[in-house]
Amino acid sequence: MNDMTHDGYVTEDGRQIGGVMMEMKNITLRFGGVVAIKDISFDIREGEIRAIIGPNGAGKSSMLNVISGFYTPSEGEVWYQGATRPMMKPYEIARQGVARTFQNIALFEGMTVLDNVMTGRLTKMKSGLLSQAMWWGKAQAEEIVNREQVEKVIDFLEIQNIRKTPVGRLPYGLKKRVELARALAAEPKLLLLDEPMAGMNVEEKEDMSRFILDVNDEFGTTIALIEHDMGVVMDLSDRVVVMDYGKKIGDGTPEEVRNNQDVIDAYLGVAH
Amino acid sequence: MLYRTAGQFKTSYKKDQALFPVRQDATLLALILGLAWIVFPFMASEFAFQTLLIPVLVYSLAALGLNILTGFAGQLSLGTGAFMGVGAYACYKMITIFPEMNLIVAVLLSGFFSSIVGVAFGLPSLRIKGFYLAIATLAAQFFLVWMFEKVGWLYNYSNTGAIQVPNIDMFGVAVAGPLASSVTKYYFVLFIVTVVTVVMINLTRGTQGRIWKATRDMDIAAELIGINLLKSKLTAFAVSSYVVGVSGALFVFLWRGAAEPNLFDISLSFRVLFIAIIGGLGSIMGNFLGAILIVALPVVLNILPELFGIEIASATVEHLNIMIIGSLIIFFLIIEPHGLARLWALIREKLIIWPFPH
Amino acid sequence: MEFLSKIFVDPFVDMVAYPDFFLQVLWEGLVSGILYSLIALGFVLIFRSSRIFNFAQGIMVVFAALTLVGLHEMGVPAWVSVALTLVVMFGLAFTIERVVLRPLVGQPDIILFMATIGITLFLIGFGELIFGGETKVMITEQLGIPTGRMRLDVFDGYISLEEKDLTAVAAAGTLVVGLLIFLNKTRMGRAIRALGDDHQAALSVGISLQTIWVLVWFVAGIIALVTGIAWGARANVSFALEIIAYKALPVLMLGGLESISGAIIGGLAIGLLEKLFELYWGQPLLGGNTETWFAYVLALIVLLFRPQGLFGEKIIERV
Repeated sequence: MNDMTHDGYVTEDGRQIGGVMMEMKNITLRFGGVVAIKDISFDIREGEIRAIIGPNGAGKSSMLNVISGFYTPSEGEVWYQGATRPMMKPYEIARQGVARTFQNIALFEGMTVLDNVMTGRLTKMKSGLLSQAMWWGKAQAEEIVNREQVEKVIDFLEIQNIRKTPVGRLPYGLKKRVELARALAAEPKLLLLDEPMAGMNVEEKEDMSRFILDVNDEFGTTIALIEHDMGVVMDLSDRVVVMDYGKKIGDGTPEEVRNNQDVIDAYLGVAH
Repeated sequence: MLYRTAGQFKTSYKKDQALFPVRQDATLLALILGLAWIVFPFMASEFAFQTLLIPVLVYSLAALGLNILTGFAGQLSLGTGAFMGVGAYACYKMITIFPEMNLIVAVLLSGFFSSIVGVAFGLPSLRIKGFYLAIATLAAQFFLVWMFEKVGWLYNYSNTGAIQVPNIDMFGVAVAGPLASSVTKYYFVLFIVTVVTVVMINLTRGTQGRIWKATRDMDIAAELIGINLLKSKLTAFAVSSYVVGVSGALFVFLWRGAAEPNLFDISLSFRVLFIAIIGGLGSIMGNFLGAILIVALPVVLNILPELFGIEIASATVEHLNIMIIGSLIIFFLIIEPHGLARLWALIREKLIIWPFPH
Repeated sequence: MEFLSKIFVDPFVDMVAYPDFFLQVLWEGLVSGILYSLIALGFVLIFRSSRIFNFAQGIMVVFAALTLVGLHEMGVPAWVSVALTLVVMFGLAFTIERVVLRPLVGQPDIILFMATIGITLFLIGFGELIFGGETKVMITEQLGIPTGRMRLDVFDGYISLEEKDLTAVAAAGTLVVGLLIFLNKTRMGRAIRALGDDHQAALSVGISLQTIWVLVWFVAGIIALVTGIAWGARANVSFALEIIAYKALPVLMLGGLESISGAIIGGLAIGLLEKLFELYWGQPLLGGNTETWFAYVLALIVLLFRPQGLFGEKIIERV
């Protein structure tokens, strides 16, 4: 990592990566007697695409849940935007600009695509119950302003034609895209993607990769993703953390990780 | 050819978010409102007011309240009857303590009392989920009805233990009690039901509605996108119990005229639940369709055999009625779990593209 | 102070001062507790094998009792009526599987739950249509159940035991033991238990899901009949009994929806506690009739501390 300075670095394709946005400091996570994550530290820098990879059961999902605040680490600290993150309820973390997608799609099946994406903006909507009940002034204006934002995301992800379709009726690949739309609608500072390509065919994977790159490029959103598919990760990400059995065994650019002997042994060695 | 969306383009999000983006829907609604506000009152007999029109409205409102909680926010309740009771007793106490009180004000205020009780019994909903939560509402159901029986203050220590609606005037017209005419009562109920329904439509189509539905569909995901689940659930309990309480006040003051504690027992809770299920959970209009079906069914069953000259004992009719409602519930769950409202939506989709489906 | 003493001291003083009365109360509570357990047991079986929260379990009790008495009133000998009622319960299980469960496979839990509410209503209407809506008397003597009283001398007084209650306890105990043997020792029983854990694995035993469901509902029907006879002998047979059936719900919540031992212990606990509360606190302090709500409030309070019930397994949330 020669080209990396304290304040950031420039990627091969010339993007400027900023300072540290989030730092995991000696994170350990236990469930009863089971250690899911053992003493892991790494950082996520502003504007980069950061991947966490590892074989099954390596603790990737647990790590993402720690980042998203769904799990509180047993030991260690999470630094976010220059300060230790205090104990927070999951819904409070969402209000700090962290949005995510889920490995097993967690959309609201009974609602339309449009309504699902609109839920992404709930943290921005402030009108009271009474105002909503009357559908006057503030509530209505707010609905329209946010609708405009949501329509931008819908355009961006090319799902205009299904916006009034109930999510339950959509095929898998589209659901994944709607989920991304919901996360994007929140205008997150940090976007977490939990196996965004899982279960997709090659074409859908390509689409999804393009969207991820575009999001990073157009909105400058910092992205942390966990993924199984090595090839995709290497093409997408700026830096990669490799986990195995709850421990960190590698960290660096895709190139560095690819040449790391531990990683080759633990993961690439058995990759097909 | 009547039902077409072709040529109706939306040029702003505001128009797209209008209540009835399709012109024909607005026409249909105008027609229904016209019937309810103008035609029915002139046509209806005393019998029709008492056995059809007023009960349909009251039950629709109760089911609408339950639907907010169960259909929109996904929290099962088996205690609707008791919450109706809270509204009724609250209204009764207000009217007897302040006899000069305007009945509209009293009815609308009585909802707040059941709202408070509803929130109290809704508090466990953060820890207790799904079927387990049904126990909290059952506890409310049995405990509250027991209170109605044991706390003499609630029924002003009357010998019968029942509450009796006194004569109540508004602007010189008798609106409730033995002297009030059915037409007046009907208009009173219709007014309240219309207002509350409009407010509920507004609440469920915007931000709050999405918060509730997100809580219902997947609570963990909802929390991670920034929804405070406790607040969402308690708001649902509060709003739902409010509407249920108002319907309870109407139930006694403008329909039954008197009430004993066991009027609010669990069978009332179930009747309201059936209306919500048959009408469609998560729908506003469904409550009205469901109420029409449940209220009209026994009436029709009573009249039909007569038309054909067959004599059936009234007990038999009642048994048949229960059987049919049970079968209908199963039937609807199998062919369309989302009830009458979804059936209508499907018909509407078909109509829009009829007769050229491609 | 006097008020506090009425709540916290006097009841216990009474219990010690009049131990025979205390024992009598315990016995009464035990008997109703056992019947609650039985209803809950039928419920747990169905839940474990099909994830259905069977609201109709309580009404099946009434329906079974009503069919039994109704058949006898039509002139069928008592024991033949029992056999015929079993046939009816099997037919019911078969019909429910065909008409209700099969078309609803894979639907959300709440839909299936509501379908069982539909079944409940249908059974009420159907039962009353055929056998009439009026209250009936259980054919206790015709079935050879003793109806005398036994006097048991304890301490300085005595407690009085109804022989039919003793019979009920014995029958319930036998049924539970028989059921446990069936579930643990037979292939079919093991398949039912396995179903609660893993559908695929259970199917690999080689018994079709449909067969298991019919069987489970039939077993629930048998339990319902026994409960119906026992309860009918104590009260009368009418659909007012359904209010007792609702008691199975707090029992289940207390015991955990999937635990067989939880259902039994939960039932006994609620039977005992609600009787004790009613006689030592409810009647002297609250104007009585607290049995209508005590079980629910108790279950609610327990659930607040253990949301999965006393015997349920802790739920770990995942995303």
